[in-house]
Amino acid sequence: MFSVIQLPGSNDDRDMRFAMKSILGCEAELVWHRSSELPPGTEGVLLPGGFSYGDYLRAGAMAATSPVMGAVKRFAEAGGPVLGVCNGFQVLCESGLLPGVLIRNHHLHFVCDFVHVRVERAAAPFTSRVREGDVLRIPIKHGEGAYFAHADTLEELERDGRVWLRYCDADGRVGDDANPNGTLHGIAGIGNARGNVLGLMPHPEHAVEASIGGLDGLAILGSLADALGGGRS
Amino acid sequence: MRALVHVTLKPDVLDPQGKAIQHACSSLGYGAVEEVRQGKLFEVALSANSEEAARKVLAELSEKLLANPVIEDYEIVRIEA
Repeated sequence: MFSVIQLPGSNDDRDMRFAMKSILGCEAELVWHRSSELPPGTEGVLLPGGFSYGDYLRAGAMAATSPVMGAVKRFAEAGGPVLGVCNGFQVLCESGLLPGVLIRNHHLHFVCDFVHVRVERAAAPFTSRVREGDVLRIPIKHGEGAYFAHADTLEELERDGRVWLRYCDADGRVGDDANPNGTLHGIAGIGNARGNVLGLMPHPEHAVEASIGGLDGLAILGSLADALGGGRS
Repeated sequence: MRALVHVTLKPDVLDPQGKAIQHACSSLGYGAVEEVRQGKLFEVALSANSEEAARKVLAELSEKLLANPVIEDYEIVRIEA
């Protein structure tokens, strides 16, 4: 069963539950931020997008102090899979579950568009349905999505294969032309050292039906469903 | 006690907002403005037995919450009884 964390100001929580439940056939429950424990039977945690606490102070900073994040940290430390999308990625960084931080897009614009990302690491539990080098078309929608970390952290992420997704063009080429927000190294998603925590800016839950622009989000959410033994589509 | 904590972006972190403000300064005719870096100023009221105790709490709070040490520096500018 997936626990979808609902913070005050989350706005993709229901989309995430819909994707996991109605599209992929998994059990998924919303968990309010005041809970200091995850529901029994939680096998995966999803931190959805939105503007938790109105992005006060810094995006994700207030959420990092909420009771539920203590439970999410314990779950992650025990090896449970945790996926943070957009604001969820910001929360994971502010909580210290992932290194670095997401800062204001270099051009200051809020970007809401479909982009391409290249799979840099194809592995369970997040990307077992695809291969390295595959290009996915998934939307982004954020004003603070530029990944920033110091040189030593970036070097470590690259060396250890912890960059899971990188922005690219339709042909898989990475570079400034395909970088939507000034993110360092074209980073769209990074993981922790153990490989059970992933944060990404693109929204896989918004690309799960052909009628709303594509199915590529299932490459990620479906992999996660497979990891829990529950995916059907 | 009342305190002021100043949080600023580290020098190596790009500050697009500061840059936009600098451009706005030029648009207003203040071409002499060469650079603007935007930060945050927190006015904190707290109870503490001494300035030293207040400083300790403020430093912890700044590291844990008010500033993100990856991108920001903080300075406790002032503590007043």
